[in-house]
Amino acid sequence: MNYELWFQLASPEIVLSLSSLVLLLIAAWGGVQSSRLVSVLTVVALFGALALSFNFLLNPSFAEGADAFYGQYRMDRFASLSKILVFLSAIGCIIVAPKFFARGNLMRPEYPILILFASIGMGLMVSAVDLLTLYVGLEMQSLAAYVLASFLRSDDRSAEAGLKYFVLGALASGILLFGMSLLYGFTGTTSFIGIQTAFADGVSTGALFGIVFVLSGLAFKISAVPFHMWTPDVYEGAPTPVTTFFATAPKVAAMALTMRVAIEAFGGQQAVWQQIVIFVALASIILGGVAAIGQTNIKRLLAYSSINNVGFILIGLATGTEAGASAMMTYLIIYVAMTLGSFICVLDLNDREGRPVEEIAKLAGLSKTRPGLAAALAVFMFSLAGIPPLFGFWGKFVVFDAAVAAGLIPLAAIGIAASVIGAFYYLKVVKVMYFDEPADVIAPSDSTARMALVTLTALFVSPLGYFATLALSPVTAGAAKALFWAA
Amino acid sequence: MNELGFPILSLMLAVPMAAAVACLFVSANAARWIALLATLVDLALGIVLWMNFDIGGAQWQFVEKAALFDRFSWALGIDGIALMLIMLSVFLMPICIGASWEAIETRVGEYMAAFLLMEVLMIGVFAAQDIFLFYIFFEAGLIPMYLIIGIWGGANRIYASYKFFLFTLLGSVLMLIAMFWMVNEAGTSDIPTLMAYDFPVEAQAWLWLAFFASFAVKMPMWPVHTWLPDAHVQAPTAGSVILAGVLLKMGGYGFIRFSLPMFPEASVDYMWLVLALSMVAVVYTSLIALVQSDMKKLIAYSSVAHMAIVTVGLFAFNRQGLEGALVVMLSHGLVSGALFLCVGVIYDRLHTREIDRYGGLSINMPRYALLFLLFTMASIGLPGTSGFVGEFLSLVGVYEVSSWAAIVCTTGIILGAAYMLYLYRRVAYGVIKSDDVAAMPDLNKREIALLLPIALVVLWMGVYPESFMAPMRKDVGALEARLASVKPAGDAQVKMGKAPALMPAAHAEEGHH
Repeated sequence: MNYELWFQLASPEIVLSLSSLVLLLIAAWGGVQSSRLVSVLTVVALFGALALSFNFLLNPSFAEGADAFYGQYRMDRFASLSKILVFLSAIGCIIVAPKFFARGNLMRPEYPILILFASIGMGLMVSAVDLLTLYVGLEMQSLAAYVLASFLRSDDRSAEAGLKYFVLGALASGILLFGMSLLYGFTGTTSFIGIQTAFADGVSTGALFGIVFVLSGLAFKISAVPFHMWTPDVYEGAPTPVTTFFATAPKVAAMALTMRVAIEAFGGQQAVWQQIVIFVALASIILGGVAAIGQTNIKRLLAYSSINNVGFILIGLATGTEAGASAMMTYLIIYVAMTLGSFICVLDLNDREGRPVEEIAKLAGLSKTRPGLAAALAVFMFSLAGIPPLFGFWGKFVVFDAAVAAGLIPLAAIGIAASVIGAFYYLKVVKVMYFDEPADVIAPSDSTARMALVTLTALFVSPLGYFATLALSPVTAGAAKALFWAA
Repeated sequence: MNELGFPILSLMLAVPMAAAVACLFVSANAARWIALLATLVDLALGIVLWMNFDIGGAQWQFVEKAALFDRFSWALGIDGIALMLIMLSVFLMPICIGASWEAIETRVGEYMAAFLLMEVLMIGVFAAQDIFLFYIFFEAGLIPMYLIIGIWGGANRIYASYKFFLFTLLGSVLMLIAMFWMVNEAGTSDIPTLMAYDFPVEAQAWLWLAFFASFAVKMPMWPVHTWLPDAHVQAPTAGSVILAGVLLKMGGYGFIRFSLPMFPEASVDYMWLVLALSMVAVVYTSLIALVQSDMKKLIAYSSVAHMAIVTVGLFAFNRQGLEGALVVMLSHGLVSGALFLCVGVIYDRLHTREIDRYGGLSINMPRYALLFLLFTMASIGLPGTSGFVGEFLSLVGVYEVSSWAAIVCTTGIILGAAYMLYLYRRVAYGVIKSDDVAAMPDLNKREIALLLPIALVVLWMGVYPESFMAPMRKDVGALEARLASVKPAGDAQVKMGKAPALMPAAHAEEGHH
């Protein structure tokens, strides 16, 4: 027992927890007027947690990683890298929010605080090495997310999104919990390493059901087909800053969690879950591509795009190798930048009365009225489609390279051929912006913060991103290595 | 560092890249001048490159390598084949900019930026010595070309731009999977090393097919050529020039650089496939060209037929065939580019590409009619023009392998003469049918400045092809040596006649096979 070390290992979450409690008090007494102060302080707290995570990631004395709290929690490079991505996304989503909620005066200090709560949950998720920590972290994140989805109380779509998310999310949590109880029943332990040891001589039918249920519950959280149905509705209905958040941070956390469960807990039984992952990956790629074609709302389109991208990330998981895990982390980093950037572009699409515009048809001729924004959105679209030389190609590159190296050549061939379906609808957005006559509905931007974030992410996604590959690859490789520590 | 003491290939990529960025931020007129200047600088650098290229020296020259990226590196270098194709690109680019000088009025800065970006990517494709760097340059060309067709194209431009993008993308993605496998197998992404690596014969078939899917679409070969007529018709004049002049050559370059040297056994196994598709293409697309009423479409279909001559030449596996294919590529790049410019000239005046609207242009546009005639003859392959040299060599080459292929493909020359002469007759001869055609002025100075250089090079290549073949000779020899062990016997069994004494010794030696 070494509480001092344990608290140090969990310091990012502890910092966030303490600040969230203090900020909650400020919000309770300060009321609506305090929302600006609370937002600023939340960002400061998240930057603090970010700095701590960076230290864990880069400081050689933490290279090995360590367990804390009797094997409930693990700090390693994998967790730290995931946390960095989560916290950065959260910061982005807080920065862009005030302008959005300013219309109708709907900004509340609870918004940053809820994101903070969700971030604590996500920190726990990516550090969980025990089914109980996993569940506590997941629920902490989910509860905050349900409230965030219905943050615009007076808006029917937002309320509907919150309710839908809650009902389906609760169902998924139930499935997950049922799977966990089966696993506990058949292995007698809730720790990932314990489960791995128990599975060393094979999986009984009951435990197999447990694995399937746990993976199903997690597939819901990463919105992989066939558990994706909620995604377009929730993404469309939730306020756009919240959608931005849903598409980035929780996706990273849930994906990291899935990786840890699959590779640490079920690591010895790859043959059991590999076919499930392959099916889910291909189904997500194909359905995410086909279903997006008919969409007229850009938020729904981006929802299907995120389903599509999750499919590509899962190809890395299907390999079950270190190279695959490293490729997934690389893809996640690029995915976060692309998604954050494209949603902030959407946030900047307002008509002259300041109402948000979500119809793709209304983007017509955007390249003439808002050339900078149109160029950035085009960069994100081509990048999401994985067309070189944009950086989105690199994510697909490493994932498919890992798949080929692991011998999954048919999977790689089908996956990459299906990526062409996706290219079709990304092209549609570019076509509307560049080839069509101006509809002239979009007003000039009123936010330098948004423009700065768009510029930043667009530069990262542009071909300049390749110069980061030499620096990124040791980091993702280190994170992947940490994941395989018990193997 | 290389022979010149400075990284000339990187510089040739950097100049248009910097100019492309600059074009986005300046006025229309400034963008035109910047683009022209940058392409002329690149042309000058290209000439420096050619002057300093050591013919018969090292296979790879001007090599640069920098480990800038993870898993692949910034590796550039050229052999004679790449040199000639780079020369073709840098030669056509200033002409494209000039052709767009007045025709493009909207969003000039973006247009020029897209073209300069195309130039970067074209040079990059031919100069890349890392297989992944090649792929990035090869695929990246989709984005600017999609925008060029979609923004500045004709009435049905959106359909054409989608078709171009999706066809080419679908063709290329499987190639990437094959590249991953090859790099895993060989342990390097260095193209010269891979060219000498012997891949397992059973894997070669799959790899060859993956590469073939990509290059056949790009080339384009029948039956995946259907994107080309659409893209050509809808693209602005300069877009068609660059598409026909250089982008189609990437397919042929791919066969020479990847399919043939890396998978020689599979290439022989699939030779029948290539020859069969090419034979169909030559006859079928020539017949289609014969009935076109749209000038650009006619030239587009003739491009497919000419590219089929390239593929039969390449898959003849002998020197004549390979050299012939390369010369056809260079010649077609110039001639079809010039023909598209000729169409552009009269399109700018009358705003229609309908052949029937014209007639009797030799009366009021004599200079135009003369140049158009020259390019028509070059396209047919009249001796003395560039077209003859390449087609003759390709067909001689393929005759050694399959007399049937040679016979069928030679009909392409006759059909080519038919549709080109028929086109020329309808446009230039006869009487002037309407007042608006009669009012069309002859070529102005700008247009002459665009067409005359191409005309001179076409004649140069036709009269003294040695200038263009000399740099490539050693590389073709290396490829021939690589293919020697698998070369098919062929059905014709041609033997050299008894006249070698009349030829210079060096040439006579090459004739023996």
